Amino acid sequence: MSKELIRLCNCTMTFDGETVLDSINLEIQDKEFLTLLGPSGCGKTTTLRIIGGFLKPTSGDVYFDGVRINDVPPYKRRVNTVFQKYALFPHLNVFDNVAFGLRIPKAAPGTEAAAGAKKVRLPKEEVYRRVMEMLEVVSLKGFEHRSVTSLSGGQQQRVAIARALVNQPEVLLLDEPLGALDMRLRKDMQNELKRIQQATGITFIYVTHDQEEALTMSDTVVVMNNGQIQQIGTPEDIYNEPQNAFVADFIGESNILDGIMHEDGVVQILDRKFKCLDGGFAPMEPVDVVIRPEDIDIVSVKEGMLCGTVTNITFKGVHYDIIVDFKGFKWLIQSTDYSPVGAKIGIKIDPDGFHIMKKSEYSGMFGDYSSYSEEYDEISIAESEDEA
Amino acid sequence: MRERLNRSTFSLLAPYSFWAVLFIVVPLVFVAYYAFTDNSFSFTFDNITRFFTATSTVTNGSGAETEVRTYLLIFWRSLKLAVISTIICLLLGYPMAYIMTRAGSRAQRIMMILIMIPMWMNFLIRTYAWMTILQDTGILNGFLGVLGLGTVHIIGTESAVVIGMVYDYLPYMILPIYSILAKMDDKLIEAAKDLGCSGPQVLRKVIFPLSMPGVLNGITMVLIPSISTFYISQKLGNGRFFLIGDAIENQFVANNLHFAAAMAFILMVILLVAMALIKYVTNRQAYGKGGGLL
Amino acid sequence: MKTASRIYTALLFIFLFAPIAILLIFSFNESKSLSVFSQFSLKWYRELFRDEATLTSVRNTLLLALTAMIGSTILGTAAAVGIQRLRARWLRASLNTVTNIPMTNPDIITGISMMLMFVFSGRLFGLANSLSFWTMLIAHVTFCLPYVILQVLPKLRQMDAALPEAAMDLGCTPIQAFFKVTLPEIMPGIITGAIMAFTMSLDDFVISYFTSGAGFQTLPIRIYNMTKKTVTPKMYALATIIFFVILALLLISNLTDEDSGRKRKARKSKTID
Repeated sequence: MSKELIRLCNCTMTFDGETVLDSINLEIQDKEFLTLLGPSGCGKTTTLRIIGGFLKPTSGDVYFDGVRINDVPPYKRRVNTVFQKYALFPHLNVFDNVAFGLRIPKAAPGTEAAAGAKKVRLPKEEVYRRVMEMLEVVSLKGFEHRSVTSLSGGQQQRVAIARALVNQPEVLLLDEPLGALDMRLRKDMQNELKRIQQATGITFIYVTHDQEEALTMSDTVVVMNNGQIQQIGTPEDIYNEPQNAFVADFIGESNILDGIMHEDGVVQILDRKFKCLDGGFAPMEPVDVVIRPEDIDIVSVKEGMLCGTVTNITFKGVHYDIIVDFKGFKWLIQSTDYSPVGAKIGIKIDPDGFHIMKKSEYSGMFGDYSSYSEEYDEISIAESEDEA
Repeated sequence: MRERLNRSTFSLLAPYSFWAVLFIVVPLVFVAYYAFTDNSFSFTFDNITRFFTATSTVTNGSGAETEVRTYLLIFWRSLKLAVISTIICLLLGYPMAYIMTRAGSRAQRIMMILIMIPMWMNFLIRTYAWMTILQDTGILNGFLGVLGLGTVHIIGTESAVVIGMVYDYLPYMILPIYSILAKMDDKLIEAAKDLGCSGPQVLRKVIFPLSMPGVLNGITMVLIPSISTFYISQKLGNGRFFLIGDAIENQFVANNLHFAAAMAFILMVILLVAMALIKYVTNRQAYGKGGGLL
Repeated sequence: MKTASRIYTALLFIFLFAPIAILLIFSFNESKSLSVFSQFSLKWYRELFRDEATLTSVRNTLLLALTAMIGSTILGTAAAVGIQRLRARWLRASLNTVTNIPMTNPDIITGISMMLMFVFSGRLFGLANSLSFWTMLIAHVTFCLPYVILQVLPKLRQMDAALPEAAMDLGCTPIQAFFKVTLPEIMPGIITGAIMAFTMSLDDFVISYFTSGAGFQTLPIRIYNMTKKTVTPKMYALATIIFFVILALLLISNLTDEDSGRKRKARKSKTID
């Protein structure tokens, strides 16, 4: 039975008049891998720094294991951080970097709360043992005496992780640690991190703007935008049941259309009614309808529920990205079937391919593929990489 | 961390701020205070007016006597000599800096050491050595005598003082210019050549404008000491005439602290205005009105 | 073009070193003359080492420079760390301006201004003589401070700000983080700043002249007094010794460290911005 380890209550953060976090409420369970996901500037790093103790919320409370820790400085929290650019100490070698935290005299575990608790030093042999053990865990055995500046990005990454984990924190904070690594290395490290988290049972709080990364590694995903939490859920929930247009668009690709719920199980889009599985809306309520590109089948015009014209087709390797025009609204369909530009096609969507969401402030902002181009993806990736 | 640590920042800065205010700002206030008071410390403009109105008689070369405004003349002379020296330093120093950048890296380092050696040697001694060279019975004349070229009377003239100033301050002009030329991106020169500039044009259109900050730095570092020096004029001017620095030192030795302070005050104001002017000119240049960067 | 450059360079260096060469040669002159060389002799060196006043002044100068170096380095490093942390722009700008003042003001004004303050306060407190070693020390620390700050501040800016945070994350108090992580990182700047402070103090004449008390003479002041009267080659002997010491120091530092040459030439150049 997992317990609640960290709780943020109505945390707000304002910098120079600008609200970066708007009344955030978040509960983090023991032993889970939780990811804060969102675009640049959404507040995810700020949230992480509040938990780490580097920032004090302008208002609101932070609880750790039931105790309010707003005023507890970072060096007294049972939390360690893996920094975005690793922050390895250049004047120390690998061993000394990893051993750094162990060599600081600290209060014996369990007595930190007491005011005048005596600080003890770990004996040298103990330090040595723990460091070597941790280097083994991150596959850096033999690197003890290397200078950290001579290591590759991936190796520095692992030293940073070792340095944090060797202190046996209850929570590990990771601030976009894999951003600087190349694709293959990043995938390997994602698996590594997941493995380490499950093996050690330490709560990982991970920050990223890469939704694929978030979906791969996490137990819980917290989607953020503009200082507010948009949705909290498991990766499957977030993907299959996004709660508003922002989440629907941020996670994977989505076609989002205006629709009207006639009644439970019947939704109308583009002047046609379709069978769907969602319910619980008021009769004739305007809603946002999400249809994932991979849930659309291409059929002949005769069999199709809707018909439109292909305006663009791009080979993506795994599938084709096909842009189809239905009465002015452009849809993205992902299919392994090729259809030439200009062809008239029909589409078929199963009832479970429709996901209905209540209207929100994000309605109408996303989901139309009129501006789709090859560069679209590169631009959005580059923009999110600008976040330092 | 700035949000959490304001108390410790304060304790770090407090001693320095206190020191800075007490020993940098307050003394300058004292200069103003002494400048505008007399011996009994009552407020007066007399010191300042004395600077502008005091006169003395001067006998020129042909024996005629003229009345001159003592201190204005001194000030004008200081300014004139300082500007001449600065210009000469610039004319001599810029080519040298440029030549240095073209040399191999080993040669550059050697040249840097060679230029730095005179800088580190005590400037009193160096100036004194020049005096012995330029004396009527000095080495220069001895050298010229050997060549049968007669003697020159340099010591005690303004030229001697200029030579002294140029000598003392030349390295301070060379090094900033060298520093900025060395940091200049070769690619800029290549680009200019690619676009059609010949050698001299590259120099005029690219290198010189981009080296301006270094040039201004050098000018500042030569002009300010030149205006305010007193030793060079004492020794190489043979006590024949005064510059502002001499005048101030003289009043100081005679314990006329108030008048000395007044002159120092006026000097300070003039220099402040000069610096502000230079800053204004450079800002105008940087933001495009005529000249400036490509 | 190449030969023209060579000739120009040669001429310039002859110009720069002519007086120094003369100093060197005439320090070994038998006679008292400074322009006519009679024969080789070491007598002036012997006289120099018997000259108590000069030797004392050398000792004084070194003592003053050392103390000023230590004082300005500690105060300046603390100041740089504090300035780096400031959020208030106006405060940072005004501190920068104040710090620049001793560097852009001519020595004579710095000297006079401090002297006036000391004399005035001295009279206020009824002291017999207001100027002494301590006033000189204060003056020296004051004009050395900007050079220390100028060297340390860039190093602080270049350092990854996450490093001290990482140290605190791992358990260091802010003070521990400073000494264990920040300080080693900025140490090259501190050392360069200290060396520059030492050098500036050694070489200073004008400010020392105005702020010194009767009893305490530094070498430049001693030289000034020597040149007021007729000068014997004894002073040239002194100059020659200084020359060789400087030469040795410059060669050593340039041969061991590539960077130091470039840093030392920056000693009087840029102001802090």
